Amino acid sequence: MLTVVTFLPLAGGLLLLFVDEELKETIRRGAMAVAVFTFLVSLDLLAGFQSSPGEYHVYQFEEMRHWMSSPPISYHLGLDGLSLWLVLLTTFLTPFCVLCSWHGVDRRVKEFHVLLLALESAMIGVFVALDLFLFFLFFEAMLIPMFFLIGIWGHERRIYAAVKFVLYTMAGSILMLVAIVALYSQTGSFDFPVILQKLVSGRTTLTMPTERLLFLAFFAAFAIKVPLFPLHTWLPDAHVEAPTAGSVILAGVLLKIGTYGILRFCLPLFPRASVEYAPYIAGLAIIGIIYGALVAMVQPDYKKLVAYSSVSHLGFVVLGIFSLNAVAIQGAIYQMLNHGISTGGLFLAAGMLYDRRHTHVITEFGGLATPMPVFASLFLFVCLSSAGLPMLNGFIGEFLILNGAYLTNPWWATLAATGVILSAVYLLWSYQRLIYGPVTVEKNRELPDASGRERFSLAAICVMALVMGVASPLFTARTEATVTRILQSEMTRNTRYEAVQRPTGAAVPVSVPLVAAGAEGGKAGRP
Amino acid sequence: MNEAGYFLEHIGWIPLFPLASAALMLLLGRRLPKAAVSVACVGSVFVSFVYAAGAVLQLGARPAEERVFQKILFEWIPAIPYHGAAPGLSQFSADWGMLLDPLSSVMILVVTGVGFLIHVYSIGYMGHEGGYYRFFGYMNLFMFSMLTLVLGNNLLLLFVGWEGVGLCSYLLIGFFFLKKSASDAGKKAFVVNRVGDAGFLLGIFLASTVLGTIRFTDHGLEGAAKFSGMIDVLRSGAFHSGEAVLTAMAILFFIGATGKSAQIPLYTWLPDAMEGPTPVSALIHAATMVTAGVYMVTRMNALYQLAPEAMLTVAVIGGLTAFYAATMGLVQNDIKRVLAYSTISQLGYMFLALGVGAFTAGIFHLMTHAFFKALLFLGSGSVIHALSGEQDMRRMGGLWSKIPTTAWTFMAATLAIAGIPPLAGFFSKDEILWRTFAGGESGIYKVLYLVGLVTAGMTAFYMFRLVNLTFFGKSRVEHEVEHHIHESPSSMTVPLMILAFLSVVGGWIGLPHLSLFERWLEPVVAPVQAAAGAAEAGWSMVEAGMMLISVLVALGGIWLAYNIYLEREGLADQLAARWKGLYELVFHKYYMDEVYDSLFVNRTKDLATALGDFDRGVVDGLGVDGSATATRLTSRLSMWWDRWIVDGLVNLSGAIVRFASYPVRMVQTGLVQSYALVILFGVLLLLVVYLGWPAVSYVRTLLHSA
Repeated sequence: MLTVVTFLPLAGGLLLLFVDEELKETIRRGAMAVAVFTFLVSLDLLAGFQSSPGEYHVYQFEEMRHWMSSPPISYHLGLDGLSLWLVLLTTFLTPFCVLCSWHGVDRRVKEFHVLLLALESAMIGVFVALDLFLFFLFFEAMLIPMFFLIGIWGHERRIYAAVKFVLYTMAGSILMLVAIVALYSQTGSFDFPVILQKLVSGRTTLTMPTERLLFLAFFAAFAIKVPLFPLHTWLPDAHVEAPTAGSVILAGVLLKIGTYGILRFCLPLFPRASVEYAPYIAGLAIIGIIYGALVAMVQPDYKKLVAYSSVSHLGFVVLGIFSLNAVAIQGAIYQMLNHGISTGGLFLAAGMLYDRRHTHVITEFGGLATPMPVFASLFLFVCLSSAGLPMLNGFIGEFLILNGAYLTNPWWATLAATGVILSAVYLLWSYQRLIYGPVTVEKNRELPDASGRERFSLAAICVMALVMGVASPLFTARTEATVTRILQSEMTRNTRYEAVQRPTGAAVPVSVPLVAAGAEGGKAGRP
Repeated sequence: MNEAGYFLEHIGWIPLFPLASAALMLLLGRRLPKAAVSVACVGSVFVSFVYAAGAVLQLGARPAEERVFQKILFEWIPAIPYHGAAPGLSQFSADWGMLLDPLSSVMILVVTGVGFLIHVYSIGYMGHEGGYYRFFGYMNLFMFSMLTLVLGNNLLLLFVGWEGVGLCSYLLIGFFFLKKSASDAGKKAFVVNRVGDAGFLLGIFLASTVLGTIRFTDHGLEGAAKFSGMIDVLRSGAFHSGEAVLTAMAILFFIGATGKSAQIPLYTWLPDAMEGPTPVSALIHAATMVTAGVYMVTRMNALYQLAPEAMLTVAVIGGLTAFYAATMGLVQNDIKRVLAYSTISQLGYMFLALGVGAFTAGIFHLMTHAFFKALLFLGSGSVIHALSGEQDMRRMGGLWSKIPTTAWTFMAATLAIAGIPPLAGFFSKDEILWRTFAGGESGIYKVLYLVGLVTAGMTAFYMFRLVNLTFFGKSRVEHEVEHHIHESPSSMTVPLMILAFLSVVGGWIGLPHLSLFERWLEPVVAPVQAAAGAAEAGWSMVEAGMMLISVLVALGGIWLAYNIYLEREGLADQLAARWKGLYELVFHKYYMDEVYDSLFVNRTKDLATALGDFDRGVVDGLGVDGSATATRLTSRLSMWWDRWIVDGLVNLSGAIVRFASYPVRMVQTGLVQSYALVILFGVLLLLVVYLGWPAVSYVRTLLHSA
């Protein structure tokens, strides 16, 4: 099942290769069909997913094939609550990427769609791979189509941006490869569940310096991907130069791979190092939240503005993760999905403006509410969801993250809360400059309003934002077990280490919700 | 199931009616005829009002101690376990639930009742404007948000409404989006409110950590859904009065309230909000939304009662705001701006009441204020309508006989706000002043009382200045406008008359010592700790004297306004010229907008610009491109090293060999002749050696022997 979902887009893409280059419309329709079909198939995962899987079924839809015997690498796929939603996010967003390229991409149409579908396969692969080697394979495989998408269909400085993107990511992933090999040499396996089991059960122990190094190596790869301040500067360039579909994928899914990796690998595998570094990483995340928002405010280019807002939003996610408690991590996962939806929507909107005027410069627009009223309303909705208005998706994520961060350290939440103010500033200000007021540039007076295709895309995003804002249990119920497990592997081992350090016994029972040793005691509650 | 009564069981529908018609407007409104828009939008609010009234009646039929009805509609944010919570409360969750108690009863009646009248009025007022459906869609969305705010059974749902009304306020202030000042004002309102909201959010976090829950109360809930609410925890005696954590919580909530209810220091957005259409000013920026802060503080009164320092802060901020805003109201020339400052000032009164513990008086004033201030705004809208959009009072005057209905209803509201008995404002304001005076032993309460009293005088003054300039005296209306002056249609005047009626009699439910209103609210605001019985000190001469004083002060204000603006023409300008410095200062709103701009707005912009440059120059330039350059430089160096050192060494060894082999190579010329020559010489040499040497030695032997 997972193999089908993973490779369906790629297979569809390969079929498209046999279509004549000149039949552009056929290729577009074909790609759309593949993307929609993949989405429908992936819905079956949702239908078959069990919210409370029991202790022995941590991963569902598991698939295990022997691949190489020495070193022992297997084709191991599996799905838990975290990856479920990210896979669905990927399959949900890809059809919109095809839709938004309908008129924007007119050159090498076939290659574009084949690469897009290949990219989808690689991304799904990243989320479902349970073998570290396989994970790495998909992780690297994503770079190739993305490189071409930016490098061929991008704007003026596309080559610079594409090269920067690939080199930056590679720099991190090399470190991760070293760490993967090191883990193999310690545990004798590439299989993530096996490694985790060995570490949790205590059959293999890492010395503290080793753990620190391995944590940092994994973390570096993911922090670049997120991107965490100060490793973020590839992002604005990549976004500005990428075609709309590239930006949507990049913001919607690729960035999540960083935070996904942290949750999947860094926290469970290296609990002590996670706790040790949590305050520093949270500090960087908070800087990212405020810094990203402030820098976003003054960008003259709308896509750059959204890119920096991503830095700010992903800062929230990282803050949530390293607050190391259930509330914040639930919020972080939720915010990952939210950001995919809202920022995906913002980039779709930016792409619609670009298709009309071939620029992203904010001052080139203004007063668009007059020629494009429908676009203006839908766009406002997307902006508000990104700004975290209650009843829309962004609010629940931000609220849970801030609340969780507050439990760990009130100052974190206090500082991060300024990001809530600033996000309203940059989003509403840019909205005002784009949409309100009289039409300032003559050319804009005659711009057509959103077409049916565009209305459909934005409306779908809006509906998603509303559903996620009101019906959050639908989503969180399926991630709950995962969050508990992440924290448990964290807890069990930290507790054991403590017990070892205190030979007198008195090991803290696991059932006590000692969520993280890093958590600052918390204000003791009263009746 | 039906024991609670039909309307109570369907309490969740009250906000849904306006939501449904808002959705209809925003999705399909463009294609609907105007009449359909009016019917759907005004009708939905009316149905809401009916349901609200029904629910309140059914609640009121219960005995006083059972007047809490709670219904959970669905789980909104599911329970997430977390550490540090009280035993049995290790779950954080938020429901979508409705809470109807005496306090929210008052609020929903005010919101739907006044809201309905304003909707009716809007049919006439907005009839000629473009975007009719959009206007009503936003208005209905506002009604939904406001009803969610007052009916929400937990802090987070209250916050949903809180942000929702903020959004609608943003959309409606910027309704005339072609005007830059309008969209600027909308943005300013939203952002300033967000500053307060950040404080409010932190308050919610603190509450959920310390109290272990964010639900208000568990009254009216049964079974599994039942767990203690915040108010139950606070009233349980687990906390002592004056604990720092409670004070902090109360202050954080109050920060939120200063944003929404336009108190110092976050009041600056409200005057600018007058850019919105007048019904919006009446509904949102006078009667309902801006009072959300007052409602919230009252809702959390158990907390405030346990935080005396926070209470004092609320009282002082409220008193200061009341005074400060009133001074600015004295000199404004825009009719709506006078009313805006008046609103800020009256909200200050309400907070003053809350701060001295007179929660009932605060809510009472909230209600009467909703009547007369909505009426004032709608009346001013009617004036503006009659004058084809003129808002400057310097170009009004003498309108009394031309638009009589507007004039007399406006007069009723003016008398009410000025505190003339027996109109609504008199009772509520007087109660606040009295309770402030009796608030405590400390001298600060006496000072606050004086501040309140002076403000009451100023209120009477600026309101009669407004009335005098608008309705009396000589007409200063521009000539071409003069012809078009007409009384508004009945869709506008009927709401005015109903509100006028309410402004007159609305205060009577709070007649001192009959205290219907106070008894109704009693269960909500009951003292947490058994009070020392200070509050209820019977009818006394002092109280009666106080009443007399405040009436005299109000009359004094009216007399002054009459003298300056009607009796002696030009006196106002003379006074302004005489106290030029002071006048300018107040006229320019103490330059507070400029101060905020230069202190916060511009500094933030500078910081953002600097960080933008920093990001481009340092993080990206030095860090990323720099490391790229460094890498390139290293690779150049490596290349040099490789070429000259690594490869150079190889070449050197080659060179040595070459050098060493030079002589040898000289010989190996490859020419057969030279090899033959060498061979020849060799042979000759050999011959010489082998033959020559024996020959020589033979000769030598011969010589020896000889």
